Amino acid sequence: MKMLGAEVVIECLKAEEVDIVFGYPGGAVLTLYDALFKTDFPHILTRHEQGAVHAADGYARATGKTGVCFATSGPGGTNLVTGIATAYMDSIPLVAITGQVGVSLIGKDSFQEADICGITTPITKHNYLVKKIQDLPCVMKEAFYIARTGRPGPVLIDISKDVFNDTLDFVYPETVCLRGYRSLFAGNSNQIDLVIDALEKAEKPVIFVGGGVNISGTSEEMRKVINLTGIPVISSLMGLGCIPSDVPEHLGMVGMHGTYAANMATMDCDLLIGIGVRFDDRVTSLVQNFAPKATIIHFDIDPAEVNKNVRADLKVIGDLRWSLPLLCEKIVEHSITKKQWAKAEWVDLVQEWKREKPLASSLPAGGIRPQTVIEKVSELTQGEAIIVTDVGQHQMWTAQSYSFNTQRSFLTSGGLGTMGYGLPAAIGAQITLPEKDVVLFTGDGSIMMNCQELATLADNGLPVKIIVMNNQVLGMVNQWQRMFYGKRYSHSSTKGCTDFVKLAEAMGVAGLRVTKPEELNSVLEKALKMEGPVLVDVLLPETEDVLPMVAPGGRLDQMVLRGIIG
Amino acid sequence: MKYILAVLVENRPGVLTHISGLISRRAFNIESIAAGPTEEVDTTRITIGVEVEDEFELEQVVNQLSKLVNVIKIANITYVDSIQRELALIKVRANKANRSDLVDVVEIFRAKIVDVNRETLVVELSGEESKIDALCEVLTDFGILEIVRTGRIAISRGPVPAKDM
Ligand SMILES: Cc1ncc(C[n+]2csc(CCOP(=O)(O)OP(=O)(O)O)c2C)c(N)n1
Ligand SMILES: [Mg+2]
Repeated sequence: MKMLGAEVVIECLKAEEVDIVFGYPGGAVLTLYDALFKTDFPHILTRHEQGAVHAADGYARATGKTGVCFATSGPGGTNLVTGIATAYMDSIPLVAITGQVGVSLIGKDSFQEADICGITTPITKHNYLVKKIQDLPCVMKEAFYIARTGRPGPVLIDISKDVFNDTLDFVYPETVCLRGYRSLFAGNSNQIDLVIDALEKAEKPVIFVGGGVNISGTSEEMRKVINLTGIPVISSLMGLGCIPSDVPEHLGMVGMHGTYAANMATMDCDLLIGIGVRFDDRVTSLVQNFAPKATIIHFDIDPAEVNKNVRADLKVIGDLRWSLPLLCEKIVEHSITKKQWAKAEWVDLVQEWKREKPLASSLPAGGIRPQTVIEKVSELTQGEAIIVTDVGQHQMWTAQSYSFNTQRSFLTSGGLGTMGYGLPAAIGAQITLPEKDVVLFTGDGSIMMNCQELATLADNGLPVKIIVMNNQVLGMVNQWQRMFYGKRYSHSSTKGCTDFVKLAEAMGVAGLRVTKPEELNSVLEKALKMEGPVLVDVLLPETEDVLPMVAPGGRLDQMVLRGIIG
Repeated sequence: MKYILAVLVENRPGVLTHISGLISRRAFNIESIAAGPTEEVDTTRITIGVEVEDEFELEQVVNQLSKLVNVIKIANITYVDSIQRELALIKVRANKANRSDLVDVVEIFRAKIVDVNRETLVVELSGEESKIDALCEVLTDFGILEIVRTGRIAISRGPVPAKDM
């Protein structure tokens, strides 16, 4: 049957079992939007293309499915850039479809023309410019395949306006033929035997979990490894959720704002097994000083991650869905059990670190402690909510203080650190998981970076609960200025006329405010019980540091544990 | 350390953008890059000369390039017995007085003169980079107007092609 190119796109989305797209129309995608209209395909109109791409990202992170967004040519495409880079850094499967000017206008600086393929080359797993309708079905098939297989990532398809208007006898290809693309699943099981050897020799092992576990959905296997062996666990920001925060073996997040126990364990362990991590500099600090006594083992699907930042002594290349079950099997087979490390008093030592220096606040009594806000929400949602954050101090406090229970329950921009990510990502997550509590912790700075999406939230009746951790400063910037720039607070105050409650109300979101500690519990309880979307503006003291903190370039065991507030 | 990589890529639009984009994003130190068609119509071969600190950095270059969807195969032919060539065209000032000296130089280097006119001539030389460098140095005395070089290409000796290495 002859079909318009625009209809072909919709048919391909159906074939890929896409149930919703996020987007924003414009000249180059009018035919595509017409096809949406005619087919009644589910689409959420955000209020900015950045909102659309982050929403698709939040949808993908919360479910593991591939998120899809649409934008028009030129400014539509360039408005996607931050969101694509955000997804790329955190390996999120995404297909972004942009319109491009007509074929004969490409390269002529035509109205609303931008070379979006050129622009996104360094921030996509792959991208395509489609100039002929014959190529469209195959490109769509390949794009989804590439986005979700192997190490996932964003793929952009730039489709010329002419292609949407052209016609084709549509057949969706059954398979892809990509000569240069290998999406590795099973690796070499000998590598796992070597891991077992290393485990048998180790006295002070640590398992370091990362985003790869959440992405591959292997939290169950990961927990099994911990249950069987009792090895202490540390997590990257992206790994949070895959092991419940409250299991005794969990020492918490490692790195710049890691816990005392996690950082000390890293520096003292004799075996560090990284699973789906990329040894980011916020984790390792100076790589030369990272885990200096340890044999390092790296499990990853991407061979290019091994030895990129930290030299690994052993590697296990393959999908964690292959390697972790195999690891469990061999652990049982070789009866690697808890006794081994108990003998070396390693387990006792890490537990002592945990008890000795729990997370602390440097705030004097009186104001609302930001950590308390998060702990309260954690308690009220019993760690079962989808937690979304923006970027800054509130993000780190959430990572430290929320007690996560399940994989894919913590959505945060880890690699790129994108302020403005939170609200649209929460929208994407709530749409796909309507039964779940979705709570966004944001800052007075971050919320303003995509606050237009309050309208999307309200107009779609999505019950996201937004907690603005309002310290009236760009807190993380403020903290660095306090610690490293002689308290010269250059342009890091947001104090002004903005009223977040009114802002929310103006867009149809209920607004509540907490100004005194004694109001906190009741307002949070009320907000979480309310039906629709709610924004809670929580007024916090201006100066509070995220602690512990490892100064940039410092050693992980040299943490600032007490603030220098005053 | 310098290495030579034979990179086989699918001959699709945008593939060179992806390669150069990756090189710049990862800040790899590329010395030369030469691309052209091969015995297979849909395959392009790119010879990349790369300078790296150590083998770990080389491993990064290879692994990152391998991740590009259109890259089919990368063979490190640095330590393989191979033939390496570059082609240069050099336009030199030449007049009646010095032309015969020039011809002597060209002969010594087994180069070729491919264009002559009253003021200049164009010398063609193919060989290893060092040989071309040496010729250029000698020709400097005559006055070089312009140089164009292809960048190194390389092929292994013996029957095994890069795609099967
Ligand atoms: C788009 C973007 N611009 C700038 C930054 C740098 N930055 C990191 S944290 C931060 C402050 C965030 O302030 P706020 O949202 O109020 O959070 P707080 O730290 O106060 O909790 C800034 C400006 C960033 N991460 N992202
Ligand atoms: Mg703030």
